Amino acid sequence: MKVGLFIPCYIDQFYPQVGIATLQLLEKFGCEVHFPMNQTCCGQPMANSGFAALSAGCDKNFVKNFSGFDYIVAPSGSCVLHIKEHLYDADEGTAGHIRTHIYELTEFLVDVLKVEKLEAAFPHKVGLHISCHGQRGLHLSSMSELMEPSFSKPEKLLGMVKGLEFSKPKRPDECCGFGGTFCVFEEAVSVKMGKDRVAEHAENEVDYITAADTSCLMHLEGILKRQGSSVKTIHISEILNSSIV
Amino acid sequence: MKVKTHAEAAEKFIQDEPRTDWHDETLWFVREKRDRSMHGVNEWELLREWASKIKDHTLSNLDNYLIEFEEKAKANGIIVHWAADGAEHNQVIIDIIGENNIQKIVKSKSMLTEECRLNEFLHSKGIETVDTDLGERIVQFRDETPSHIVLPAIHLKKEDVSETFHQHLGTEQGNNDPQYLTEAARQHLRSKFIEADLAITGVNFAIAETGGFVVCTNEGNADMGAHAASIHIACMGFEKIIPKAEHLAVYLRLLARSATGQPITTYSSHYSKPRAGQQMHLVIVDNGRSKQLGRADFRNSLKCIRCAACFNTCPVYRRSGGHSYHTAVSGPIGSILTPNIDMKANADLPFASTLCGSCSNVCPVKIDIHEQLWKWRQLIVSEGYVSSGKKIGMKGMAFVLSKPALYRFSGKAARGFMRLFPFLFRSKKLNPWYRQREMPLALKQSFTEWYKQNKKA
Repeated sequence: MKVGLFIPCYIDQFYPQVGIATLQLLEKFGCEVHFPMNQTCCGQPMANSGFAALSAGCDKNFVKNFSGFDYIVAPSGSCVLHIKEHLYDADEGTAGHIRTHIYELTEFLVDVLKVEKLEAAFPHKVGLHISCHGQRGLHLSSMSELMEPSFSKPEKLLGMVKGLEFSKPKRPDECCGFGGTFCVFEEAVSVKMGKDRVAEHAENEVDYITAADTSCLMHLEGILKRQGSSVKTIHISEILNSSIV
Repeated sequence: MKVKTHAEAAEKFIQDEPRTDWHDETLWFVREKRDRSMHGVNEWELLREWASKIKDHTLSNLDNYLIEFEEKAKANGIIVHWAADGAEHNQVIIDIIGENNIQKIVKSKSMLTEECRLNEFLHSKGIETVDTDLGERIVQFRDETPSHIVLPAIHLKKEDVSETFHQHLGTEQGNNDPQYLTEAARQHLRSKFIEADLAITGVNFAIAETGGFVVCTNEGNADMGAHAASIHIACMGFEKIIPKAEHLAVYLRLLARSATGQPITTYSSHYSKPRAGQQMHLVIVDNGRSKQLGRADFRNSLKCIRCAACFNTCPVYRRSGGHSYHTAVSGPIGSILTPNIDMKANADLPFASTLCGSCSNVCPVKIDIHEQLWKWRQLIVSEGYVSSGKKIGMKGMAFVLSKPALYRFSGKAARGFMRLFPFLFRSKKLNPWYRQREMPLALKQSFTEWYKQNKKA
């Protein structure tokens, strides 16, 4: 199975350890992973700010880099959703294949690789932050607003990790307030939303907040550090890739 | 005076953090009530689907249903008026007031009259109206606008109400007992109902096949007004039409559950014809709705039944308050309705969202609110209602991100820059991120660089 690894720009620049964990995890499950060296960004920061018309260059570059794979996998629900909904190119054949074969990491592990067992251990109390684009966009888990059976792909995977104590915040699927450029253009609301999320996890006395989206975690991490909190953030790939000590 | 943008007004709102928490928790409580209520209806998702489909069908055949409705209503003895915009709507009403030499007016809740700024218009002509919905009466005393379409005074605490009533109704200062305060409002409003010679109400549903309409209230104030006054004027946006009476069975089950978690509003009053000696008028208003109907991406926003579930679930609304939206209808639905009427004045509103999608999930008529917010952003930018700074920034970003070599160079340079001059990025003035958040660490190596070193064959 030939997998193209998509490492979104801000993960590439600020959170390389998330890229490394994702790559190693996919290799553990026998995927032939390729990392196209000329990839940059999915174009979401522009598009969500109203400048979708400017993301043609990113789209073109994305299609060029990610053609010829059985699947494309990324450790970010938000970027994956953007590609699924908005990737267009003159080469529609390739763009269409990419749109329908791109997966967020946890849904790829659960739905495609059908992972039922993990050799991972993480003896800490962990709170799961459900990121909106992963949940409401990619349907990684059931949503509190709808009448639907309860399920969660990230939770299922975390349940396979030895020693992990799982915790849920009081409002299990409220947005953290990152929201792309919202985090700077609506700074006050963004930070207030983040502070409220963090407070619910802190109430549960977690050691870590994890999520399938690094962008939410970057925002929550910034708030936790400013508060001098002992709570840390960690991407779910790092937990799933953690080895038995 | 310059109207504050949502971001500016929200920042001010949040300065009082305990009050922001109270506002957030109060509305979250309503959202939770809605969830509990939903779980009592197994066919909830099916009902939403029907509600959505019936409205879709109605919007596609609106001309026919409006004509059918007008014919039936006229045959019932209702006088029907058409108004192309808010000004015409207000004129119709003031004409009726003039012709009948009306002195005393009571009005139950109607977001349409807020949209048309009827109170302001009548006031400018020396005519006073009394809002009879308790929340609306409170904000009217305070010379404010409703901050929420279902809970107009949700931004106020009982202490605020007590102070307002003390000033306007002479209640005891500092008495915050809700029972005492509502009793004072009740006595005050009773006299207004009895004296009124005109009652203005809104319309929740207008039924094409019968020519009748339904008004939903929890306080019975629409009924009190309409039953006592010799003239009743009901005002409706033209999207309030539903084809058949049986369709009420779908909407009445969804409306109150979505709005407040109640199984049904306390009063769902059916009006079909004037009683003997009474005049019943109906004003059917366009005010930009035809234009919205013509916008393929946004037409289905007209399915809205004004339940405000999207307000209560919106994490941004809960933490910024309705007045931050500077429009009669605020919240997520307001942010997709109001740019249609004035794109320039409301250009900030579609950006007052993280696009989390919760609004679309709670919507009882399945409006894709967050997707329309995204589409409004594109339209607003393409029409040029965006700051030049943002435009330049986005163009620069798009340029760098479409050129892999330049991206790698810039990433490295920026990280180096952050390591060398962290104080530049740690500027609370220049960098909104840094005001209340730490920056991510500037690492020596990107993933790409690590991969090159460790994996590349």
